[in-house]
Amino acid sequence: MVPARMLAMCLVELQKLRHDRTELYTRAVQPALWLLIFGETFTRIRAIPTGDVPYLDFLAPGIIAQSAMFIAIFYGIMIIWERDSGVLTKLLVTPTPRSALVIGKAVAAGVKAVIQAVVVILIAAALGVSLTWNPLKLTGVALVVVLGSAFFACLSMSIAGIVLTRDRLMGIGQAITMPLFFGSNALYPVAVMPGWLQAVSRANPLSYEVDALRGLLLGTPAHLGLDLAVLVFADVLGIVAASALMGRLAR
Amino acid sequence: MAVTGQAQHERAADTAEPRALRCSGLRYSFGSTRAVDGVDLDVRTGEVFGLLGPNGAGKTTAIRVITTLLPVPAGMVEVFGHDCARERMAVRRLLGYVPQQLSADGGLTGRENVALFARVFDVPRRERTARIEAVLAAVGLSESADRLASTYSGGMVRRLELAQALVSAPRLLILDEPTIGLDPIARTNVWGHITQVREATGMTVLVTTHHMDEAEQYCDRVALMHHGRIQAAGTPQELRNGLTPAESARPGGQSAMPPTLEDVFRHYAGSGLDGRESTEDGGDFRDVRRTRRTASRVG
Repeated sequence: MVPARMLAMCLVELQKLRHDRTELYTRAVQPALWLLIFGETFTRIRAIPTGDVPYLDFLAPGIIAQSAMFIAIFYGIMIIWERDSGVLTKLLVTPTPRSALVIGKAVAAGVKAVIQAVVVILIAAALGVSLTWNPLKLTGVALVVVLGSAFFACLSMSIAGIVLTRDRLMGIGQAITMPLFFGSNALYPVAVMPGWLQAVSRANPLSYEVDALRGLLLGTPAHLGLDLAVLVFADVLGIVAASALMGRLAR
Repeated sequence: MAVTGQAQHERAADTAEPRALRCSGLRYSFGSTRAVDGVDLDVRTGEVFGLLGPNGAGKTTAIRVITTLLPVPAGMVEVFGHDCARERMAVRRLLGYVPQQLSADGGLTGRENVALFARVFDVPRRERTARIEAVLAAVGLSESADRLASTYSGGMVRRLELAQALVSAPRLLILDEPTIGLDPIARTNVWGHITQVREATGMTVLVTTHHMDEAEQYCDRVALMHHGRIQAAGTPQELRNGLTPAESARPGGQSAMPPTLEDVFRHYAGSGLDGRESTEDGGDFRDVRRTRRTASRVG
C-alpha cells in the first residue's frame, strides 16, 4: 500500500507539470547558462585541470546534479505552502504513514529532477559534449538523480519541520544551496581543492552524485558502489529525519 | 462542564448506543495557554453535531486532536470505539475531513483532486473510477470535474473538498467551518449537499461553525464551547428553552422576542461573537490569518 501512495504522490507531480509546463521551461534557463557561459569560457581559458576530459564535458554532470538539487531543495517550501493551504493537513488525516508521505514527495522530486536532467543532457549534447547513449547507463543516471534529489528534498522537508515558515526556509535554502554546490566536485576536481574543502566535499552527498553521474555519462573513473551506498544511506537518514519532523508541521 | 438537564438525562438514557465520537476530560495546551480544558463530548452515530464557539474557543484544537493531527496529552478520545492515541491509522480510515482553509490543490483538476484521495485511502482500482464519478455527481461537480480547481469559485472548492472527504466513504465526516467566507447562496448549496449525502449514507457529521442559523437549521445537537470548555450541550431547542427571559435579553431591549440560538451563544460566550474578546484570550495568530486568507480566497 505504501508504494501505491508513493505512486499517487508522483502522479500528482506529473499531472501538475502536464497542466503547467512553465516551471520546466524556466528551470532549463539556469543550467543552459551555466553550460553556455561558464562552461564555454572555462573550457577556453583552461583554468581548471580536468585531464583528458574537456571542461564542458566535465561540467555537464555537475550541472545535472546542481539543477536536480535546486528542484529538490525547494520541496520544503512546497510542503510549508501545503501546510498553510490545508493540503498537507488533509493528507496527514489519511491512513498514510508520514514516512510514506515523505518518500512520496522525495520520489516526486526525483521524477521532476529526471525530467530536468533530460533537458540538461539534450542541451549538453547540442553543445558537443560527448555523453553516453547506452540505455542501461542512462537508466543508472536516472536512478542516481532520483536518489540525490530524494536526499535534498528530505533535507529541505526536515528544515521545513524545524523552521516552520516559508520566509525562514527561503533564507536557509539560499544559504545552503550555494555552499553545497561549491563545496562539491560539480565545478572542479576534488584534487584541486584545499584540504578543508576536500573534507567538506567528502561529507557532501552532492559530490557522490556528481561522481556517479560522471562515471555513467562520460565513462571517467568513478566509485559507483560507494556513490550509490552513500546516496542510499543519506536517503534513509533524510527520510527518517523528515518523517520525525513532519508532525511539527501538523501543529 | 455545564450541560442542560434534559440533555444530561438524554445522554444517560442513551449510553448503550454506539458512539461515533467520545471525548472525556480532553485537555490540550500550547505552552502555558490551555486551548482545550477538560472537554467531554458524545456524538451519536448518524447525527449532525455542531461544535459552536467564538474564535479561540478551542474548537479547531479539539478537532485536530480528534483527527489525530495532534496527540492526546490528557483525557480520552474514541472514534467508533477506536482510541485516537493508540489506534491512529484505524481512526483515520473512518474519517473524512474538510479543514477550515480552502485546501483543494489549484494545480490539479477537480477529478484529479478527488482521485488523489481515492488512492491514498486505498479505494480498490476497479471501484475507483465509479466512486470518483459518484462523489463528483453528489456534490454537483461532474461537468466541471476536468477544469483546474484554481478556476473554481469558493463554493465549488468547498464542494470539491466535500467530494475529496467523501470518496473514502467515511463513517465520521468532520467539517471545520465549512461555510466560512461563502455567500448565503453558496452556504445553502454546500449544506444542501452535506444533508443529501448524510441522508443517503447515514454518516455522522461533526461540524464547527460560527453561523448560529446554520447550527439551528442543520444540526441535531450542538455544544457551545468557550475558553476551551463545553459550556452547554443539547438540541438547539433545548438550549433555547433553557434560557430565562432575563438571560435572553438583548442589547436593543427586544427581550419580548423568543430566544434564538444566537442568544444562547451570547449568554455563554459573552461578547465573543465578533471574535475580539476570545482572540485576545486564546486565539492564535495563525488561526486568524488562516480564516482571513480563506475568506479572501473565496472573495
